[in-house]
Amino acid sequence: MPEALLPSAFAELEGFAQTWCLATETERWDRRLASSMAEMQQFYDAFFPRVEEAIDYCDKFPLDDIPEDALNLLHLIYSLVMVAMAVEIFKQPKPTDSADAVITRVGEPVP
Amino acid sequence: MGHWPKPAEGSWTEHYPELGTGPISFRDSTSAEFYELEREAIFKRAWLNVGRVEELPRVGSYFTKEIEAARTSVVIVKGKVGVVRAFYNVCRHRGNKLVWNDFPNQETRGNCRQFTCKYHGWRYDLEGALTFVQQESEFFDVDTSEYGLRPVHCDVWNGFIFINLDREPRQSLREFLGPMITGLDDYPFDKLTERYDFVAHNNSNWKIFADAFQEYYHVPSLHPQQVPSEVRDPNGGFECAHFQIDGPHRLVSTAGTRRWLMAPEYMYPIERATRSGLVGPWRTPDIGEMPAGLNPGDIEPWGISNFQIFPNTEILVYGGWYLLYRYWPTSHNTHRFEAYTAFHPARTVRERVEHEVAAVVLKEFALQDAGMLGGTQAALETGIVDEFPLSDQEILVRHLHKVVVDWVQAYQHEHDMAGV
Repeated sequence: MPEALLPSAFAELEGFAQTWCLATETERWDRRLASSMAEMQQFYDAFFPRVEEAIDYCDKFPLDDIPEDALNLLHLIYSLVMVAMAVEIFKQPKPTDSADAVITRVGEPVP
Repeated sequence: MGHWPKPAEGSWTEHYPELGTGPISFRDSTSAEFYELEREAIFKRAWLNVGRVEELPRVGSYFTKEIEAARTSVVIVKGKVGVVRAFYNVCRHRGNKLVWNDFPNQETRGNCRQFTCKYHGWRYDLEGALTFVQQESEFFDVDTSEYGLRPVHCDVWNGFIFINLDREPRQSLREFLGPMITGLDDYPFDKLTERYDFVAHNNSNWKIFADAFQEYYHVPSLHPQQVPSEVRDPNGGFECAHFQIDGPHRLVSTAGTRRWLMAPEYMYPIERATRSGLVGPWRTPDIGEMPAGLNPGDIEPWGISNFQIFPNTEILVYGGWYLLYRYWPTSHNTHRFEAYTAFHPARTVRERVEHEVAAVVLKEFALQDAGMLGGTQAALETGIVDEFPLSDQEILVRHLHKVVVDWVQAYQHEHDMAGV
């Protein structure tokens, strides 16, 4: 049994943690484009009903002192946001009609 | 349509009669020859925004900026008493590029006490003075005071750093910006320092992308997904509340409904869960009273104001945050696009999540705009069509292309006069 990445209250999501606890937007974007809609739908269906609870959980900590398991949960929240674009809005991994366009996020706050 | 009143002339476009109402040409965006003229007439004459003062936090902080349109590299540095200066990024000894890190063609930033050339170790202080020449006695009457870094005109407006590559700028920065842009003198940009930065290399002329962000006529067609499909109106248009032109600069304001007052079906589930989305965080911290210049059309309820600062900078102010775009031409049919969103520094994890959502959504829809570019550029370059009708909603597109041609013609005129 590998060590838990997420707070115990969110243990049911451990199966997604290895894939979706990603610290940067570039990693999350790349994972989204490399995923099938079925994979993303599964993650979305499992996590979306609890995302507000997850935000509240992370919100108990100051931004500059988040314990590692909560930080992983925050990265999972960011990934849900990323996946929601595909699942809720475009129904496909890439934005509709984005063709060959690439926009790279080169700076972002941490975490 | 016709929800918002138009000027007495009957349209925004006719309110500015110099714009005309006929079809326009986009040859200014397809011609390599025209681009060569633009480089001289615009990018070596206009004030260009290269960054914010927050990017130079300490004495000795610097960044380099590649200005391909002017075939030059500039280093911008904060000097000893906090003055921001700009210099051509060229060592005076043998012309080596002075400041670079891994590769000379890549921009870099950092903090230093002085600049040391990699080639022969000449050193310059933060004010650009040559302070050290290796084996100075080997040289022949070199007066080091004559060999400081070549300065670039540099000035700061409300925290935005501008440079001007002209030998002697025709206008001061404030004169250039004019009353409409300096109407934002008191906008607290310095409070909005949490940034998400983006870069894209796009396959179109720089103006073609700028055009996509200075009219909203395209929104219902290109971005139908901005509202959930259940509430989409296939015949719905979009009307902006206010347009304004001041010299080479442009402004558009739209009305906006406060998100938390909208029926829930008008938002996606992730927007409701995070209380953020297409127009940013639903609620933002109080950053003080807004200057009247932010909403010069007195639009109520005000949504956004989009300031297009000639030639290549856009500042789009939302309620409590803003985004900035810059379009840097790299050839007549390519450009580098820089963008960032800027928020009040998050005080809580929840606020940080709100910012992340806004930054993610922005990229989604900007990718749709960018996805059009290759096709548009290729189609324009066929030259099959060269008369394009523009609506009143596209007045700012009309204005940008007119100003660009005006500046090029003024440059050509001066050149012809000088040549006689």
